[in-house]
Order: sequence, then C-alpha cells, then structure tokens
Amino acid sequence: MDKIKPAFSKGGKLGFLESTFDAFETFLFVPNTTTTRGAHIRDANDMKRTMIVVVVALLPALLFGFYNTGYQHFLSQGVPPEFWASLWFGFLKVLPIIVVSYAVGLGIEFAFAQMRGHEVNEGFLVSGLLIPMIMPVDIPLWMVALATAFAVVFGKEVFGGTGMNVFNPALVARAFAFFAYTPMMSGETVWIAGLTDGTGVVDGFSGATALEQLGTTGTMSYSALDAFLGFIPGSIGETSTLAILIGAAILLFTGVASWRTMVSVFAGGLAMGYLFEAIGLTTYPAWYHLIVGGFAFGAVFMATDPVTSAQTDKGKYIVGFLTGALAVLIRVVNPAYPEGMMLSILFMNALAPLVDYYVVEANISRRKKRVKLAK
Amino acid sequence: MSKQEKEPMFSAKNMKYLTGPFSANNPVIVQILGICSALAVTVQLKPAIVMALSVTVVTGFSNLVMSLLRNGVPSRIRIIVQLVVIAALVILVDQVLKAFVYDVSKQLSVYVGLIITNCIVMGRVEAFALGNKPWPSFLDGIGNGLGYGLILVIVAFFRELLGSGTLYGFRIIPESWYIANGGFYSNCGLMLFPPMALIIVGCIIWVHRSRNKDLQEK
Repeated sequence: MDKIKPAFSKGGKLGFLESTFDAFETFLFVPNTTTTRGAHIRDANDMKRTMIVVVVALLPALLFGFYNTGYQHFLSQGVPPEFWASLWFGFLKVLPIIVVSYAVGLGIEFAFAQMRGHEVNEGFLVSGLLIPMIMPVDIPLWMVALATAFAVVFGKEVFGGTGMNVFNPALVARAFAFFAYTPMMSGETVWIAGLTDGTGVVDGFSGATALEQLGTTGTMSYSALDAFLGFIPGSIGETSTLAILIGAAILLFTGVASWRTMVSVFAGGLAMGYLFEAIGLTTYPAWYHLIVGGFAFGAVFMATDPVTSAQTDKGKYIVGFLTGALAVLIRVVNPAYPEGMMLSILFMNALAPLVDYYVVEANISRRKKRVKLAK
Repeated sequence: MSKQEKEPMFSAKNMKYLTGPFSANNPVIVQILGICSALAVTVQLKPAIVMALSVTVVTGFSNLVMSLLRNGVPSRIRIIVQLVVIAALVILVDQVLKAFVYDVSKQLSVYVGLIITNCIVMGRVEAFALGNKPWPSFLDGIGNGLGYGLILVIVAFFRELLGSGTLYGFRIIPESWYIANGGFYSNCGLMLFPPMALIIVGCIIWVHRSRNKDLQEK
C-alpha cells in the first residue's frame, strides 16, 4: 500500500485519482493524519469507524428484512415458509437493490470528490444501506438507481457534500421515489415480492401493510406481537421493531446516536397517539403507532442523523418530540399518506436549525440576565 | 448619446440588446426574474411556447411604447402610465389567445393575466426603455422575452418528456414500455409538480454558471 501511494499523490502519474486512492486507503487503514489541535475530542474513532457502527447496528434489521421478504413471499404463495429458504429468497431479492444503491451513490460521490479535489466522504456507507431498507421489495431497480442519484446530487452534493446536507439523503431518495413513482411505492401489492405479477397468489390474500389497514378500517389483521417481531408486510428493513431496538441498543451503547432524540421521538408519537385515542379519532391503542410501519426505524436510524438533526440538547428534545407527534398526526389525519414518518422527519430536518438558533439565543439571553443580576 | 449620426438598424450594438438576454444577461437564470410563471406553465411544451411568445410580444411592445412616451411622461406618475400600457397589451394578447388557441388559453388560465405583474416586463421598461431610443428598446424587450421563453421551453421539454412521455402532445415514449402494459417504464410523477420545475431551473443555472465563470459569485 505505501509502495503504490506516491503514484497517487500530487504530481504522481495517477495524481488525478488522489481522492479515490485516499478513500480506499483510509477505509482499510487508520488514516495517517489525525486531529492534533483544536477543540476536537481526540478519540480512536474517525468518521469511517462511526459510520461502520451504524452499519453494524443496521444489520439485525437488514437480516430480518431478508427473512421477512422470503417469509411474506412464501406465505402469499400458500407455501409453508421455511427458515433458510425464506432467508435465501429474501437475500437474492434484496441484494440487487443494495448493490444498485451503493454502485450509483458511491459512483456519484467519487465523481464529485474527484471533480472538486475533496476526499471522498463516507457518509454514503450508511445512506447506501438505508435506502434499500426503506424501499418496497418489488420496486424496479432503475427506480432505486434514479432515486439514489437524485438523493446524492440534490440531497447532498448541492449543499456541499456529507456534513452540509439539510435533509437526510436516504429519506430524500424515498421521498423522490414516493412522489415520482407513487403507484410503485404505495398500495397493496408492492410490499411483498412477486405480488405485483399476481401469479400463484393465494385467493383473498391482501398485501396491505398494517398501517394501511389501520388507516382504512381501524383494525389490523396481524397481532401486536407479530407487528413487534416484524412478521408483517412493509418496506424491507422497517417491519421488525425488535431488530430495530437491537440496533438502537448498539447505537446507544457506543454513543453514536443521541438517546435524547430517540426517546423524545417515541414520546412525541405516543403523546399524539393517546391524544387521538382520547378524542376518538382512532380506535386502536396508541402504542400501535410505534410498532407498525416505519416509526421505529425512522426514530432510531433517521431522526438521529447527527448532521440533519438538532445540535443542541434542548433542541434534540424539541425536534424529536415534534417529529414523533407530526408523524402520528400525518398518519391519522391525512388519508393520502398512511406513513407519516418520512414526511415528518424531512420537515423537522428543515426546522432543526431554527430550533437550534432559538435554543442558543435563549441561552445567551439567560446568561446575560445572570450577568446583570451579579452586577 | 451625443453623436447624432444615424446608426444602422441592426448594428452590432443593437444586436447585443437582442441577443444579450439569451445567455449572459438572461432574465430568468441570471436576473432571477419571472420564476413564478416559469414554474406554473411548464408542465407541457405547448402552453410554455404560447406563454413565451405572449411575454415576448408584451415586453417588446411595452418597451417600444414607453420609450416613445419617455420624454412626455412626468417621472412621478410613470409607474401608473407603465401599468396602463402593459395592462392594455396583456389584455390584447389575452383576447388574441382566446380567439385563436382557446384550449391553450384555458390551460394558461390566470397566468396570461399575470404577465402584467411579471417582473421582467416592468423591469425592462424601468431599466431600459425609459432611457433609450425606441428601436433599441424594442429589441431589448424582444430579446428579454425570448430569453425568458428559452428557459421556459427547456424546462417544459424535460418536464413533458419525463413527466408525461410526450413532446408537444406527441407520444415519444411508446405505450408498450409502461408497467401497466407489461413494460418496465413509468413516468416520473414528480416532474408534474412545480417543485421539480424549480430544480430544473436550478440545474440550468448550475450548467450555465459552470460554463460562464465570470458570473460565479465568490
């Protein structure tokens, strides 16, 4: 590695690929340059290790996503779902989506880094895995590619790349796909592999997600335990609240994600859920909101994004609470969007800097008063 | 202009008034004027072209008329006079559209009337026609109208092609490609929403700026 390095530095014969080389080198090894001065907390971690932790935390939900994809598919075909067969089927189904997401996203990311002479940032390691996990299984691959490209270019690079983005890139991808290709992103047939073709499907089998059922009839045909464990149709990685909670535990234990955001999102969702239950708009228990759909996934992996969420501690409580509350509000009140989590997180992404600003201002004026009192 | 010698009608300087607004001084992507109508009428190519022509006529003739009147109008009431001239022209255009291309006129709905408030029209009258002779003013108005129309047509081209699979109403992407007919393709519904027009205008500005380094802000 060190031997071929000079060829890629400035002036070397492959100097124009410096960013690309640097990306792979620091990915595989600890970087040569570490922070030595300034107000940084010195730590063995750099951004790549942080991102890897998030990827590891995503793995339980992803593995369960593989399994559930196969499980739902076999169920819809009337075949008893076996464990390994389901896992393998789901793996084959989901892997192309992941490959496309990474190939397109990283391709654009490397191209931009080369053009601007930046280092390649590793934020996409996480986004590239998040994007497939919030897509329906049956989505055509070229839509994934287009949504990813849109998200990376307009969600991230136009703002200046990783760390500058206002919106969570993975959610931008989903929002793009949702509004551009609504028929492929909602409804009753897209959530289970093979259901769009309609071949060999058991009579009377409905692929509606639990959320859609709750929205239209007020009940769901799945038990709360199934919904918690994840044996329900839905986007690839979002169904199992249990697997997501394992991921949440990893994130919190390593200190990568903020528990303030997570807790307050759940609190906000619950509060709003109970409010709707109290005034009679919903007939199911409020805590259903937390276990069906993408609520838990969004709360754990999306709302806690350190770039797009609030920076101040107080701000995190406020933004988190409003995210949860808004998600339930959209779910219950707007029948066009059975899943409110995506829109509510994106909306609060946009508001987070404002909340931060007022938290900081409030702190400044509080301390000014204290100074006046002391005089 | 101190020199009193006669200039040829299409001298280099006059041509610059006409062609400047196409690129380096484009009203939409450089001066960022008239964005609102650019978002509203560009879902399809046909209304966009009609809108572009209407605005071109209005800017051209309002510049011409105001330039002719420029020495007779007291500057305190000039805005009122401008509005009367522009409104009269817009009503003319609106009547012509209603008479000859009624369906497009219905599609454009209020946006024809709103040409009155289009910042490009007032902007050119204020900035150019009040200080220049009629002929250059007319060219400047036509040039700005066409510069605005150029952007409109580019935006509408992408929005109609990607959002509906048609161009000027003719089908470009074959029906058999669509998922509903057993194909693989699907229209990008986002293209039909105004936000996407804003993003396309952003892309045009992006490309334009990267080709014209002197317009880039530090």
